[in-house]
Amino acid sequence: MSAFHAVFARDLRVAFRRWSELAHPLIFFLIVVALFPLALSPTTQQLREVGTGVLWVAALLSSLLSLDGLFRSDADDGSLEQLLLSPAPMTITVLAKVAAHALVTLLPLICLVPVTAWSYNMPSAALPTMALALLLAAPTLSVFIALGAALTVGLRRGGSIVGLLVLPLTGPLLIFGTRATDLSINGEPPTAPLLFLAALAVLAVSLGPVAIAAAVKVGLE
Amino acid sequence: MKLPRWFHQLGSPPYVYRLAERLSPWLGGLGCGLLAVGTVWGLVIAPPDYQQDEVYRIIYIHPQTAYVGMMAYVIMAVAAGVGFVWRVKLAHAAAVSAAPIGAWFTFCALCTGAIWGKPTWGTYWQWGDPRIMFEALLLFLFLGYLALRGAFDDRDKADRVTAILAVVGVVNVPIVHYSVEWWNSLHQTSTLLSEGGPAMTSDMLIPFLIMFAGFTLAFSWLLLRRLQAEIIEREGNARWIRELAVEGAP
Amino acid sequence: MTDGALLRGRELAVWRGEHCLFEQLHFDLGPEQLALLVGPNGSGKTTLLRILAGLALPTSGGVTWKGIAVHELAPEDRADVAYRGHLEALKRDLTVAENLAFHASLWGRKTKFDAILAELKLDKAAHMRARNLSAGQRRRVSLAMLRLSGAKLWLLDEPTTNLDSEGRALLVAWTREHVAGGGIAVVATHQPDEFATRGALMIELQ
Repeated sequence: MSAFHAVFARDLRVAFRRWSELAHPLIFFLIVVALFPLALSPTTQQLREVGTGVLWVAALLSSLLSLDGLFRSDADDGSLEQLLLSPAPMTITVLAKVAAHALVTLLPLICLVPVTAWSYNMPSAALPTMALALLLAAPTLSVFIALGAALTVGLRRGGSIVGLLVLPLTGPLLIFGTRATDLSINGEPPTAPLLFLAALAVLAVSLGPVAIAAAVKVGLE
Repeated sequence: MKLPRWFHQLGSPPYVYRLAERLSPWLGGLGCGLLAVGTVWGLVIAPPDYQQDEVYRIIYIHPQTAYVGMMAYVIMAVAAGVGFVWRVKLAHAAAVSAAPIGAWFTFCALCTGAIWGKPTWGTYWQWGDPRIMFEALLLFLFLGYLALRGAFDDRDKADRVTAILAVVGVVNVPIVHYSVEWWNSLHQTSTLLSEGGPAMTSDMLIPFLIMFAGFTLAFSWLLLRRLQAEIIEREGNARWIRELAVEGAP
Repeated sequence: MTDGALLRGRELAVWRGEHCLFEQLHFDLGPEQLALLVGPNGSGKTTLLRILAGLALPTSGGVTWKGIAVHELAPEDRADVAYRGHLEALKRDLTVAENLAFHASLWGRKTKFDAILAELKLDKAAHMRARNLSAGQRRRVSLAMLRLSGAKLWLLDEPTTNLDSEGRALLVAWTREHVAGGGIAVVATHQPDEFATRGALMIELQ
């Protein structure tokens, strides 16, 4: 437990020392959200209809920007090797890094979504559901992103291929997240998709770190 | 852990190569033969469906290609897993061989599905349909596997890293299968495995099954051929390969 | 002598494609033993050290620590092994003290490191960000991590790089002290004479 706390605290500290970099995914998100209406020239009604999907996709794409902080910088300065060699189990270490990443990258994005949803004329009654769906999807998303980062940590230039690996996996998250939001917009209870997102989160968090740790170990061989 | 002898034999490239060489003609011949019979039977002889008329004949191709694609993924995942845990290079070779074939079959499944969908449901593609989505995810998993392989210079590392991706993705296969039961979908539930026996008359069932068998055998033939090519590439200058080349020379 | 061996290498071979780095490498190392790894650049010293640490796998053969394969060591047993490679494992945005504190808690060591820092003449730099240190200072911090780990087996890859003569003398003294106190050390170096003691094992790679 102490190892989890040590890695978690360190990753947070490192992230905040470069806090200007934390802002990049957020700015990217705002730009993407602004680009869609420019490209579509939608009416108010059309904007509301595409709102759910656009915001979800923009959030997903933005979260990919933070990949490097997960493993690559640690691999570059030798810290990742030391983490592998330390007496702390790698799955715990990975869990701590994923948690720190989710907190630092995804949470601010999730906070931005309700604000931008308002600009897309989405009914405010749906915003809590959207936020909840995003919160429930966040752990799974973090695990998928970490898996993509771990699989490519052994590559010299891993950047572009990670999107290829991670984005298709996020398909189910998108389906259920947007369905929950749409149900809520129509006034129906969104419990089914939300429960599914929660179940996915539990599965991802319990099984994901094992695969991620294995990928890191193999990647550094 | 004491492993049976055949397991060790299966880890030997020359043995597997020769086995593949002996089996391939049979698998290929029988498979293509069955496909020919099944195609003619299904497209010409079998009666038209009372609901879908002639269009339904895709049932002799679409489910089979989808099933072979899923089987290919499972083979890939199991082979990659075996290669990862027991460090058997040949298992990785089998996984690599299965991937492109599986990708093609999955792509064909999606295409034949679209062709079937237009007249039946009014649309070529339905983005929200669970089975279509997860089948598309299967195709992306194949493509991701191949892309990730290509990104590594060191083949052994490529083998081991992509093995993790293959094993993690195998979860998708049962999801594709059960998606029609778990969610509302345009797809119908399973015709073959429903309770009380297949929900198809025998004059449709027989070509349906013949095509299943045909595609499976044809896939096995393709897999073995690719595996042979992969073995030659990996073993390079080994003596047994040079002997083989000499044997084959006129 | 071999009965007390803790680190055993058997039939170690590493091939890079068609090129053989080394093969048929055997050794047994027990407590109070120092092994010096020498050879020209590219001869495989780093590769061998990484194999000993369990980070990489040999093409054939194996290494065991206390009878268990090194790449399968249980997390608790990993506390026995300290590997210092070319990279210092310092987060550039954290201070020296923060880096050391993290390392200590990861290795479950409650030791205060002020004395270690003083010995390394780093006490004034304790609150400097690692990005502002010189290469030599970063190497000294790496040595502090080594001292802090309390490991029984030291695997050092050219540890004297960037160190001034004072730093090198300190490192040699620490290594001798570690070995004399019952530890094992494997050191890859271009200057074996600096470290050599009686009974040191020389592993020479071509």
